[in-house]
Amino acid sequence: MHAGLFRSLYRIRRVEEEVARVYASDKIKSPVHLSIGQEAVSVGVCDVLRTDDVVFGTYRGHALYLAKGGDMSAMVAELYGKVTGCTRGKGGSMHLIDTECGVMGTSAVVGTTIANAAGYAYALKVRRSDAVVASFFGDGATEEGVFAETLNFAVLKRLPVLFVCENNGYAIHTAQAKRQGLADICARARAYGMPAERLDGNDVLTLRARAEAAVARMRAGAGPQFIEATTYRWREHVGPGADYHLGYRAQAECEPWQANDSVRVIGELLAPEVRSMIVAAVEREVAEAFAYAETSPFPHPSELMTDIFTEDADELAACQR
Amino acid sequence: MSSPLASAKAAPRPAPKMGERTRTFVEAVREATELEMARDPNVVLFGLDVDDPKAIQGTTLGLPEAFGAERVFGTPLSEDAMTGAAIGMALAGLRPIHVHIRMDFLLLAVNQLLNVAAKSRYMYGGRVNVPMVVRAMIGKSWGQGAQHSQGLHSFFMHVPGIKVVAPSTPYDAKGCLAAAVRDDDPVLYVEHRLLHFQKGPVPAEAYTVAPGKARIAVAGDDVTVVGISYMQVEALRAAKYLEDVGVRAEVIDPIWLNPLDIDTITDSVRRTGRLLVVDTGWTNCGAAAEIAAQVAERLQGVRDFRFKRMGFAPTTCPTTPGLENLFYPNARTIAAAARDLVEGRACGWLPAERADLQSIEFKGPF
Repeated sequence: MHAGLFRSLYRIRRVEEEVARVYASDKIKSPVHLSIGQEAVSVGVCDVLRTDDVVFGTYRGHALYLAKGGDMSAMVAELYGKVTGCTRGKGGSMHLIDTECGVMGTSAVVGTTIANAAGYAYALKVRRSDAVVASFFGDGATEEGVFAETLNFAVLKRLPVLFVCENNGYAIHTAQAKRQGLADICARARAYGMPAERLDGNDVLTLRARAEAAVARMRAGAGPQFIEATTYRWREHVGPGADYHLGYRAQAECEPWQANDSVRVIGELLAPEVRSMIVAAVEREVAEAFAYAETSPFPHPSELMTDIFTEDADELAACQR
Repeated sequence: MSSPLASAKAAPRPAPKMGERTRTFVEAVREATELEMARDPNVVLFGLDVDDPKAIQGTTLGLPEAFGAERVFGTPLSEDAMTGAAIGMALAGLRPIHVHIRMDFLLLAVNQLLNVAAKSRYMYGGRVNVPMVVRAMIGKSWGQGAQHSQGLHSFFMHVPGIKVVAPSTPYDAKGCLAAAVRDDDPVLYVEHRLLHFQKGPVPAEAYTVAPGKARIAVAGDDVTVVGISYMQVEALRAAKYLEDVGVRAEVIDPIWLNPLDIDTITDSVRRTGRLLVVDTGWTNCGAAAEIAAQVAERLQGVRDFRFKRMGFAPTTCPTTPGLENLFYPNARTIAAAARDLVEGRACGWLPAERADLQSIEFKGPF
C-alpha cells in the first residue's frame, strides 16, 4: 500500500515540477494551476476507488486526474495543445478528462462539477450500481449556491457521493476568514444531513483510511459523505512559480506544510531500494510523457468546428452557410 | 444520429384531414414524453412540481404512476444544482428531461447550461456528450408580468453547443420533443403557455420532427412572415387579415432555432423581396435580428429586400391589460407591418378585429 501511495504522490509531484520547469519555454499553451503540496488529498481518496467509480474535479485538477489513473502522456500533450492530448487540445489544463478510468471532467467555473457529480450518482443509483462518485472542490466552492443546493439534493436522494473539500485556505489570493462568516465547512455539510469530518490533508494514510470507511458506507447505501481535507498550495494560484512576494500570505505559513511533505513522509516508510525503483520508473514515465507531448502533432485546422454537436461538423456547417 | 438539415426541403404543410386524430399541445407533449420513456429506460423526467396534482398544465399527468418515482420526480427549488445534476445524469448515459414552469427560472441555471452542457462535448474533445432536454415555458397574458413572461431563447441561440427548438403546433410539439429526447446534444425546448391550448392533428404513434427543418405553413408571394413560437399563431391570423386586402403572405415556422433552416427562409425572401420576422422575445440582439442578418448576408448583391423585426416592446413586461396588449405584437399589428413592407411605405392601415381571429381568452391563475 505504501509503495502504491508513494508512486502516485511522486508521479504527480514530478510531472508538475517538470511542467513548472518547462513553462518558461512557452511550449505549454494553457494556464496551469499546480497541485504541488496538495497531492495527498487526491491520492488518499482515489487510492480506495475502483476503476468504475467516478471523480469530478476542479481546474486545479492535475493531481486528481493522475491519482484516479488518468494517462500522463495525454495530460502533458493536452497542456502542449497537441491532438494527442486527453481532449485533443481543446480543453487544456483546466478540462482534463479520462472516461476510461473514471475521470469525468474538471471545470474552470468554481463549484459547477459538484452538481454534475450528484447527477452522475443519481444515475448510478437508478441503475442499482454499487459504484460511487467523488466530488472534489476547494474551500471557495463552498460559498457557491450550487454547493448548498447539491448537498440538499444528495441527502434527499441518498446519493452515493463522497464530497471532498480540498481546503487550501485561499480562493486565488483571498483567505478563507475573509470570505466565510462561519469557517466551519463540516458544520455546514452536517446541517444538510450528512456525516462530515475534517482531516489533515497531508496525512495520506489517515485520509485513505477515512475515505475507505466513507466509501464502504456509501456502497452499503448510507448516502452522501463529506470529508474536508486541509492542505496548502505551495505555488502561485496560476502559473509555475511562488507568489509570496505579493504579500497576501507569508512564506512562514507554508513551512510547516513543507516540513510535513507527504511525498517525503510516505517515501521514508519504504525500503530505500523500493523507493529508488519507483523513483526511477516515475522519472522515465515523466520523460516519456514530455517527449510524447513534444513530438505529437497539433490538431488539424478542421478540428475548430468538430464536436460542437454530435452530428458530423460538415452537415452543420452546410446548414449555417 | 444523422439529422437532415438544410438539405431537406421544407414542404407546404398538409391541411388536417377530416377525422384525423386531434390533440392539444399539452397532450402532445405528454404523449411524446410517455412514448419516449416507454421506449428508452434511460429517459428520466424531473423539475419543480412535475409530480404534483396539476402535473405541469397536464403535460406530466399520469407519468409518475406509469414510470415510478425514480424516473419521474419533483425537485428541490434548486435550478442551478438540478441542471448540473441533469448534466451528470447525461454523462452517465441517462437522458434527462428537466422541466421549468417558467423560462425566467432558466436564468438560475445559465451557468450549467452554457458553461457546462453546451461546452462539454467540445472542450472534452468529443469524449463525452450531454443528451438532455430542458423544457422551458414562456408565459403570456393575464398579467404574467416582468418575471413570468420572458422569451430568452436568443440567449441560448447565441452560444454554440446547445440546440433550441420552439414548436408552435401540437404535431410539432410531439415530434420535436421526441427528436430532442433522442438527440445526443443538449436541447432547449421552448414552450409558450398560450400554445398549450392549441388543438391540431397528432398521430398516435411515435415520430420525430428533426432539427434544422423549417415549415412553410402558408404559401404566398408577396411577403415572407416568419413567426417564432406563439407568434406563428399570430402570423397565421395576420395572413388572414392580409388576404382581405389582397396581400398573399408566406408564413414560415422555423420550428428549430438552432440549428436554423435559414435556406427555406432565404429562398422565400428571394421570391417575395420582403421579410417580417416576429418573435416572442425582444428584437434587440434577438432571434429575429439573427434571422434577418443571415438572410441579408445571403441575399446582398443578389436580391434587394425590405425587412422588419417585431417582438416585445423594448421595455419590461407590464401586467395591466391595456399596457400588456401594447407590449406584444398581435395579428393585426403584424398584418399592418407586413402590408407596409409590401407597399414600401407606412400605409397607416390597421385591420378591424375579426371575431374569428381573436386570441384565446386565457384565464389564470397561470
